[in-house]
Parts: sequence; C-alpha cells; structure tokens
Amino acid sequence: MAAPHNMKPLAPISNTVRLALGILFFVLFFAAWAYATLGGYVSKTFLADPLTMLEEGWLLLTKHGFLGDIGITIWRVVGGFVLAALVAVPIGILMGAYKPIEAFFEPFVSFARYLPASAFIPLLILWAGLGELQKLLVIFIGSVFQIVLMVAVTVSSVRRDLVEAAMTLGARDRGILARVLIPASAPDIAEILRLVLGWAWTYVIVAELIGSSSGIGHMITDSQALLATGQIIFGIIVIGVIGLISDFLFKWGNRQLFPWSLA
Amino acid sequence: MENVSRIFAGVRRGAPTRALEPANLMVSDNDFVTILGPSGCGKSTLLRLIAGLDQPTTGRIILNGIPVTEPGPDRGMVFQSYTLFPWLTVADNIAFGLREKRVPAQRRTAVVRDWLGRIGLVGFEHHYPKQLSGGMQQRTAIARALANDPAILLLDEPFGALDNQTRALMQELLLGIWERERKTVLFVTHDIEEAIFLASRVVVMTARPGRIKADVLIDLPHPRHYTIKTSPEFSALKARLTEEIRAEVVLADAEH
Repeated sequence: MAAPHNMKPLAPISNTVRLALGILFFVLFFAAWAYATLGGYVSKTFLADPLTMLEEGWLLLTKHGFLGDIGITIWRVVGGFVLAALVAVPIGILMGAYKPIEAFFEPFVSFARYLPASAFIPLLILWAGLGELQKLLVIFIGSVFQIVLMVAVTVSSVRRDLVEAAMTLGARDRGILARVLIPASAPDIAEILRLVLGWAWTYVIVAELIGSSSGIGHMITDSQALLATGQIIFGIIVIGVIGLISDFLFKWGNRQLFPWSLA
Repeated sequence: MENVSRIFAGVRRGAPTRALEPANLMVSDNDFVTILGPSGCGKSTLLRLIAGLDQPTTGRIILNGIPVTEPGPDRGMVFQSYTLFPWLTVADNIAFGLREKRVPAQRRTAVVRDWLGRIGLVGFEHHYPKQLSGGMQQRTAIARALANDPAILLLDEPFGALDNQTRALMQELLLGIWERERKTVLFVTHDIEEAIFLASRVVVMTARPGRIKADVLIDLPHPRHYTIKTSPEFSALKARLTEEIRAEVVLADAEH
C-alpha cells in the first residue's frame, strides 16, 4: 500500500493497490460498525450489529420471499427508466440539434426538472391507483426531464469543426444529425443514462415506501414497524449492491459499444 | 476537367471587425495558390467564405460559374484542428463523403484502398483517429477531402500543429499528390517557406483589416524536391516575401 509520504498529485496507481484500498474501506467500515454495536456502545433497538443483519437478511431471503421483492423493484426501476429514456433521448437529441425545437421545449423542461418526483406520489395514487403504473410513473417523471436536458446539452455541444468538416464533405441536415451529431454524442448519452439510472433507484424506494405491498421499499417500511433495524440495513445494502452491479454492467457495455472513445 | 476559372469578387466581413476588405482574387484551374499573411489577417476567413461556412457581407464567390451559397462537396476542406470523425476508422473517414453521395460500397472500397496507398497508411485502415499521430491524422484528412473528388481543395494551415520534420514530409506528400492530380488548391499558411515551396502562386495578405497586397508567381520547376529550399532562386523569393510580410507584422503589432 502506498504510504502517504510518497503520494504525488495525479500520479497513477496499480490495479492491485486500487482494489486493495477499495476493499480496505469496506473492512474498516464494517469493523467500526461491529465495534460500536457488538461492543454495546449503541443500543440494539436503534442499530443492529452486522451479524444480526446478516442473519435477518438470510431469513428475509429464505422465509419471507425477499427475492421476489428485489425482483419487482428491479422491474419497476428498469421499466420506468426505459420508458423515460425512450421518450427523453429522441427529444433531447432533437432539442440539441434544432434551435426552434429547443426554444419550444427548453423553458418547460427546465421548470419541470425541479418538480420533485416524490411530491407527485399522492397525485399519481389518485390518478393511477396503487398499482404498477403509479410506480412506473414516479420513476418516469423523476428521470425524463433530467435526461432530456442533459442529452440536449451534450448534442448541442458537439465539436463545431466536426460538423463543418461533414458539411464540406457534402453532408446535409439529416446526414449531419444521423452521422455526426448522434454518433459523436452517443458515449456521453450512455453516460447520462448510467447517471440517471442511479437517481431512478432513489425514486423507486420512495414510491414503495408509500402505499405499496411489495418491493424493497415496502419491506423497509414493514421492518420499521417491527423495529427490525437489521432488515432495514440489509435492504439498503442490497440496493447498494444492485446499483454497483448495474453501474458495472453499464460501464462494460459502453466500452463494448464505443471502443473509439477510449482507445 | 475543362479550363474553368474562378472569380472571387468583393468579399467583405461584418461591421465590428473588418476581417476582410473587399478583395478580388481569381484562381484558375490546376493552380496551387498559397495565401500568406500574418495571424489575424483574415486569410482563414477568406477560406471559410469560399467553403461556404461563412457568408460574405458584400460581394460573391463564383466557382465554375455557380455562386457559392453554402458548403458543398465540390469544395473539400482540411482544417488546422484534427477533424477526423473519432468514431470512424481511417477507412470509414476517407469514405465519408462518398457515403453521403451514396456511392456504392464496392466503388467506395476501391477509392479508399487507392487513397490509403497514396498517403502511405496501408495497414492502418481499421485504426481509430485517436490511435494515429498528428501527421497521420492530417494525411487521412487530406485523403478524406480528395476522395470526394472536389473541384477545389481548401487547406487552412493544415500542418500548423505538426513538428518541423513531419511538416516538411507532409509538404512533399501534398505536393506529390498535386503534381500527379493537378487539383486546384488554395492553401492558407503563415509560413513563408511553406508558401513558396508548395505554390505556383503566392498571394500575400495585409494585416487587419485583411487585404490582398501582393500576388507573386512562383516559377520554380516541378517536380520539386526539398533540396530546392536551399537554391538561390528560392532564397531570392523568400527574401522578397519576407520583406512584404515584415512590413505587415510591424503594422499589426503597432495596432495592438
């Protein structure tokens, strides 16, 4: 491990060191947690110790069908997110490419982006009931405006000289959109989707905390009533792990799709 | 190609900065004209106007009898910045213009193979621009513009970002291509040696606001070899153009 005295600004480190340091934080974190709880410094009522957490987690998975909850939550996040992306990415691209379209949508989208998705939950329950549609809509509302704006900015900031080069090679409006603006911004759009998917996870849990009978969020509310802090923490950790996995998959997919941007 | 002429009459740029005073320039077919001037003299503006990337305030630009209104494949351009499309391989970059023209794939492949050979990049066709050196990128950019078979090739200080050795090699490569193809070329530079070595005609521009100051015929024999740069004729031309440019640089400096 690198000692502090030979750390230089921006100097690269080896993959082994990187991995070791990353794991070290988790070890220290769990050690501090175990020390505080098992050592009796924090009451069990407020914070379960790591061993109880694992035990309760195991029970959740084997006895209470928690895998089903995980499945339904993932389904909601992915469903709402994919719907949002399908609507938002084309609109964002058109806004970035064509100024009149941008002028038409931009003020509303900028306003709508600040509307908190969670504040819509009561309304959405009124409109769409307590079913899946309501959960999907929360995630949709939370993601769609963010994606639109960020994609629009990315597309409109494509290097001008690339567009000009394409024009001197005979590219016309559609050609510039399809063969310059879109490919040039594709890796950044993928990166935006990765970022927004992370936010979508916070919306789904909020949506499940209120008026839901399944999902990770629902389990967490139930556990609160039972003061089962071990289960709550287990649920939170599961979300973290799923986030980590989806992030990894996204990064891997981007590398496969856009080798030119990293070469 | 027919014996076409290009008339370039009264070009002028917007009110706040008069980048380019009304200028007249006629470039005839197969000419290699270099536009030489200090930085900020409007020589790039001139080129962008011809390319159609910018609109003249007054006057008009006529190419083969047709006025220029917008960019088009008849005027190929090579920029100073590296403008290869980073998501396309070298081969796909060269084929870009042909694709836009809907040239069949088979014919595209043949043209690309031909150009890869001429710019010495056989074996690099599947590389992405990021994997190439600056010189290789600009060679590809020249091939990309010429694969489109434009009526005129516009180059805006294409070798400006390259080191001296690479630069000299690129000049020879470009001159070699021109000697074989006899394309009409308009080449903007601030390098006097480069301007003389490449050109059949050097147009000297003044400091801001840009005007055409001198039009010098370069009658050095072809094919030219880099050793020509040390010949007495070359030195005489260089001395003359250095004087012309020097006066302008002093003027430009005094303005700041």
